[in-house]
Amino acid sequence: MEKTTLTEKGIAEFNVEEIRRNFPILSTKAHGKPLVYLDNAASSQKPQVVIQKLVDYYSSLNANIHRGVHYLSQKASQEFDDVRVKVQEFINAASEREIVFVRGTTEAINLVASSFGRKNLNAGDEVLISAMEHHSNIVPWQMICEERKAVLKVIPMNDRGEISLDEYASLLSSKTKIVSIVHTSNSLGTVNPVKEMIRLAHAKNIPVLVDAAQGIVHTVIDVQDLDCDFLAFSGHKMLGPTGVGILYGKEKQLEDMPPYQGGGEMISSVSFEKTTYNEIPFKFEAGTPNIADVIALGTAVDYYKSIDRNAAFEYEHYLMTECSRLLAEIPGVRLIGTASNKASVVSFVIDNVNAMDAGMYLDTMGIAVRTGQHCTAPVMQQFCIPGTIRASFMFYNTIEEVHALIEGVKKAIKLLK
Amino acid sequence: MSVLDLEKEIIEDFELFDEWEEKYQYIIEIGQKLPPLDDKYKLDENKIKGCQSSVWLHAYAKDGLVYFEADSDSTFVKGEIALLIKVLSGQPAAEVVNAPLAFIDTIGLRQHIAVTRANGLSSMIKQMKLYAVGMNSKQ
Ligand SMILES: Cc1ncc(COP(=O)(O)O)c(C=O)c1O
Repeated sequence: MEKTTLTEKGIAEFNVEEIRRNFPILSTKAHGKPLVYLDNAASSQKPQVVIQKLVDYYSSLNANIHRGVHYLSQKASQEFDDVRVKVQEFINAASEREIVFVRGTTEAINLVASSFGRKNLNAGDEVLISAMEHHSNIVPWQMICEERKAVLKVIPMNDRGEISLDEYASLLSSKTKIVSIVHTSNSLGTVNPVKEMIRLAHAKNIPVLVDAAQGIVHTVIDVQDLDCDFLAFSGHKMLGPTGVGILYGKEKQLEDMPPYQGGGEMISSVSFEKTTYNEIPFKFEAGTPNIADVIALGTAVDYYKSIDRNAAFEYEHYLMTECSRLLAEIPGVRLIGTASNKASVVSFVIDNVNAMDAGMYLDTMGIAVRTGQHCTAPVMQQFCIPGTIRASFMFYNTIEEVHALIEGVKKAIKLLK
Repeated sequence: MSVLDLEKEIIEDFELFDEWEEKYQYIIEIGQKLPPLDDKYKLDENKIKGCQSSVWLHAYAKDGLVYFEADSDSTFVKGEIALLIKVLSGQPAAEVVNAPLAFIDTIGLRQHIAVTRANGLSSMIKQMKLYAVGMNSKQ
């Protein structure tokens, strides 16, 4: 997808003040200072409508679903089922049967690694991931590879944080059983050429899982256009509540996989002799689901629909670009992750300044950033650094907040060097 | 000076500041002044577990008193250590073991730092007291 930059007029017209009023937490304080929240890649803040939905659910809708004939249960079931359709439309899936509710990205990947892996991985087979994966797209594959005596292979990246498509293509072999790749890196900001990567894998009949934990927040994702086999993302990073996420899987892939967990909801008949499983997606949703948070996730999707997403993403891109440009001008600051296609995330280190000390000093000024490895230890190993300071933007952030960060970094250098 | 008097001195120093930002700056300044630990003591066995940053603690006894020296890759942690050293280093072992260290809460340190850092601070205190317990029982 071509990235266009917003014209100055477009940025001026993006009414961030109006948007900020929808997010109550943005007008609170941290250590007595106005909050500058730049840790969005870890978790986004929630609009009032999402918070209210949770309150409303427990105040007037709460009941278990799909099992009651009574009024509340039917109403709750209806709202719950509607969210599946909302999510289907949000990512343009072909059918609502392809939307599985899970706890988050981590559970989605574990589900595929376990169910797909048990069925398809045998000794000597290969799973292909990249050098910039989040631990949640490394460890589940390591676990199943160890169990099935399969091999985990890693696509390398260059020192800008980019994957080479040639190297990737050369790693795809008849032994490769699945590719699992991050859409947008949470520690480097790199947006990978996933569509092209999927095309190359499919040319060899290899399915692809896309970790869109960050991608879904900063890009319009159309799973039919991407043609990915699986897509994983978390509600809490996209304005929704914690504890709920989505696994999208192509109907055929989901049909072919054995269930992940056993229990209620996922069965169609149970006897001590034989149990038959429910159809997809219910086959993968054992037990009472996270009803309240699923319903509130539906409200987060509605919120996205109510704003101009493309304008919001371009505005975020403007904030990220400005932040990178201003940081790069500060002597002693080194940006980590300088891919040509990036979203939201600005990671950096400061010469002779401990990242955690700097992050903590920014915190005293009310500025929330994250410091450390960001659950991507191998990335830090490649760059030979203990960790980075990371600012990550959402469309409710402002250019003034970018400037506050820059001033804070300058103060930190003065104090800590 | 006694442990309690030294704690009181720290509390009075911090009363000069209203904001956490100023207190933080002060802790950094103290940390920058902490004398470096000789490299020969930067051994794995002197490393404190439970700290996010690397912290080395070296303890020794002289004339019946316990002395501490320490270092870290984080200046803030060095500042925390410097405060603990000011209060505990050069005290009788029994004083170290029984030191209340209430100043940490009074100056607002524990309330402002992240949980991981608070755990690191607790590990440091525990380690200092463990050394003192060991020396106490030897004496
Ligand atoms: C790229 C990426 N993948 C996976 C995850 C894991 O998401 P969750 O902790 O919500 O399961 C994250 C979140 O930090 C992420 O940024």
